[in-house]
Amino acid sequence: MNIQYSDALVIGGGLAGLRAAIEVAKSGQSVTLLSICPVKRSHSAAVQGGMQASLGNGAKGEGDNEDLHFADTVKGSDWGCDQEVARMFAQTAPKAVRELAAWGVPWTRVKKGERTVVINAQKTTIKERDEAHGLINARDFGGTKKWRTCFIADATGHCMLYGVANEAIKHQVKIIDRMEAVRIIHDGKKCLGVIARDLTNGQLIAYVARGTMIATGGYGRIYKQTTNAVICEGTGAAIALETGLCRLSNMEAVQFHPTPIVPSGILLTEGCRGDGGILRDVDGYRFMPDYEPEKKELASRDVVSRRMMEHIRKGKGVKSPYGDHLWLDISILGRAHVEKNLRDVQDICKTFNGIDPADEGPKGWAPVLPMQHYSMGGIRTKPTGESQWLDGLFACGEAACWDMHGFNRLGGNSCAETVVAGMIVGDYFADYCKNNGEIIDTNIVKDFLSKEYQYLKSLTDKEGKHNVFEIKNRMKEIMWDKVAIFRTGEGLKEAVDELEKLYKDAQDVKVHCKELDCANPELEEAYRVPRMLKIALCVAYGALLRTESRGAHYREDYPKRDDLNWMKRTLTYWVEGETLPRVEYADLDIMKMEMPPAFRGYGAKGNIIENPLSEKRQAEVDAIREKMEAEGKSRHEIQHALMPYELQPKYKALNQRIGVDYE
Amino acid sequence: MSRKLTIKAFKYNPLSKISKPHFVTYELEETPFMTIFVCLTQIREKMDADLSFDFVCRAGICGSCAMMINGVPKLACKTLTKDYPDGVIELMPMPAFRHIKDLSVNTGEWFEDMCKRVESWVHNEKETDISKIEERIEPEVADETFELDRCIECGICVASCATKLMRPNFIAATGLLRTARYLQDPHDHRSVEDFYELVGDDDGVFGCMSLLACEDNCPKNLPLQSKIAYMRRQLVAQKNK
Repeated sequence: MNIQYSDALVIGGGLAGLRAAIEVAKSGQSVTLLSICPVKRSHSAAVQGGMQASLGNGAKGEGDNEDLHFADTVKGSDWGCDQEVARMFAQTAPKAVRELAAWGVPWTRVKKGERTVVINAQKTTIKERDEAHGLINARDFGGTKKWRTCFIADATGHCMLYGVANEAIKHQVKIIDRMEAVRIIHDGKKCLGVIARDLTNGQLIAYVARGTMIATGGYGRIYKQTTNAVICEGTGAAIALETGLCRLSNMEAVQFHPTPIVPSGILLTEGCRGDGGILRDVDGYRFMPDYEPEKKELASRDVVSRRMMEHIRKGKGVKSPYGDHLWLDISILGRAHVEKNLRDVQDICKTFNGIDPADEGPKGWAPVLPMQHYSMGGIRTKPTGESQWLDGLFACGEAACWDMHGFNRLGGNSCAETVVAGMIVGDYFADYCKNNGEIIDTNIVKDFLSKEYQYLKSLTDKEGKHNVFEIKNRMKEIMWDKVAIFRTGEGLKEAVDELEKLYKDAQDVKVHCKELDCANPELEEAYRVPRMLKIALCVAYGALLRTESRGAHYREDYPKRDDLNWMKRTLTYWVEGETLPRVEYADLDIMKMEMPPAFRGYGAKGNIIENPLSEKRQAEVDAIREKMEAEGKSRHEIQHALMPYELQPKYKALNQRIGVDYE
Repeated sequence: MSRKLTIKAFKYNPLSKISKPHFVTYELEETPFMTIFVCLTQIREKMDADLSFDFVCRAGICGSCAMMINGVPKLACKTLTKDYPDGVIELMPMPAFRHIKDLSVNTGEWFEDMCKRVESWVHNEKETDISKIEERIEPEVADETFELDRCIECGICVASCATKLMRPNFIAATGLLRTARYLQDPHDHRSVEDFYELVGDDDGVFGCMSLLACEDNCPKNLPLQSKIAYMRRQLVAQKNK
């Protein structure tokens, strides 16, 4: 029996897991990090565009601060987020960027003087301030008041991931790659660690720790069309679900990104549009201004994706063997800009489609279609990152529903969330591990180990009827056809029924290679696919029950955002032996919100079933603000009066900015 | 017009007592813009579920899928089948790394070791107050650091390197590029002398035979040779001081 002990255990080697692990290591405790692939290959590396943080250095970011970042995030979430968490996040994001800079992440810097940029398809000259020279620059992204997305060309995630991973190695985080967590060990109340399977030799190992964190990213691979890496299968969240205790939250909130390239689904960053790129239809016509006159291509992602699909439904898509698509035109930015700031985009277009996007005219247009991109839902946690239902189990990053994105996430906010949550949740996690040292009953661990071995053996022993790849591909098709951008009650009901049947079929598959003690890709599919189906069922079932449209969750049969009945968070859990998840709800309290629900500023107006509490709370907020402003109170004091929130003092400290110091 | 592709993949499970290294041939229909990623996914789903290989991003940015393709180390996800006129493609695992199974090798352990050997992180004595405005960096200097930060640790330069095959502890182009990256970064306060301690020997910068295959095969077009030459000049000057 192989049992490995450490103070803290982190599952997942992307930005969130690594950053959290560093926080534990800095507290002087031992930390083991398990990753399904070498950590620097994690999906975090795919972040192209950048991370939002209100530094306010560049000319177009002047006047930016936490308040604006908070407001954009709440609006972007379509009021589905936890506003206290959004505050924690906005306050810490500038610190995260600055910390990464100190770790050598080569952020693109401001150069003083004039430069030409493309805004609303027009070349425009902006002048950068002398005092900003050499500070971190930012680009424009959808749904934000200021240019706030800090970047490194279009390889932001790569540079961040390397900076953080190298720092983790420096702090002696024990990184074990090609190690997959397959079961959470718990005694019904407290998490004791995980059973993991070594993907190189098939060995089962129990990793036991005082605290365990899941930071395994999203579940895009349950969809046929997705920008996600092939490892993003949601199995980290699924093993939390399989405890029968932890709740997954808002699983129906799935984001679709407007501009993956067709057919490979590789992402072309939002930075393409942020930098001034535009969308065109079959006639070469720029259609977005007709739908969203104010924000155009830079409305939030859910809105742009829906408008694109709407336009395709009107017959304006470009026909192709892979279905209809639209065009993304970045050639208007000029070759020099493309080759410097959108180099990977150019490389992707050239390699996978034989197009040079810097070529002017239709020759350089890239075929794009909205595809699955991000999961706002995940393992529900408190603001500290700990599960409410299983002590000692923490989650952060995309695997978690912490919940700062609500029902739609703004571009640049997920990448920011990984490191910010890594800092905040990582710190709470380190505290937990330090203060909760219990003697572990190794009988429980032994039990879990032998059960897991029996389970894997039963998979190879069974001469089942079904092929696991066929089940997996059918699931992906159902999710794409019926649980994607436009949803209806009828389609969702069919999806739930068929997914449930697939889930039952997945219990009866045949694995041809019977060897347990080596890399065995078919066996890996056999134990992952049922977990993916559980996740898919949580998404589809949650979507079926939510009879409104909010953020990325769009019901054609219920097109309005229903604040009267649906100011609530979906909580899904799974009872062992059942074939459907169970669902309960937790209310969002409007009377505690700093920003009560209102119109988002993009998308159709008047599309809300209002809650009378919104008006009542807004009146309260206005009164407090008016009174305190008259008394000459600072924006920080007013914020505190409106909605106090807890955050570690080192992160809650005010952020210094040029021109305004700490104001 | 689609044509038939012949994929010959190396198969061997070093953990099995009965497995012997051999090739298995698969035939499939080519589709437009087909990559080796698409081929191998089809093979696993329809013909041979047991074939081991590695992909993560499938977009040429994570470096997982490097393998020998008709004798040349390449990223399989970015390799198009149309570039092989006779439609016959032979796949083998990369040399120089520990073999896991079939086309899969252990690059993770090699790169973690490399990072520790060259101490691949910023060295300075300052405590940074992250509430305060960040240190100013000249925009051109940040851009130059980024140019050297683009290595994706795919291992292609390592597998391409004749020195590495003769001298197992050779740090290879990727390790030397990493030292150049930190020497260039103003956040890192290490001196040339410090880098001499790390890579100033035949397992480091003086082992390179300048055969250039690392740079020829690098999927990110990194300036490997000019940076090795730069490090060598810096360290020679240091030694002669």
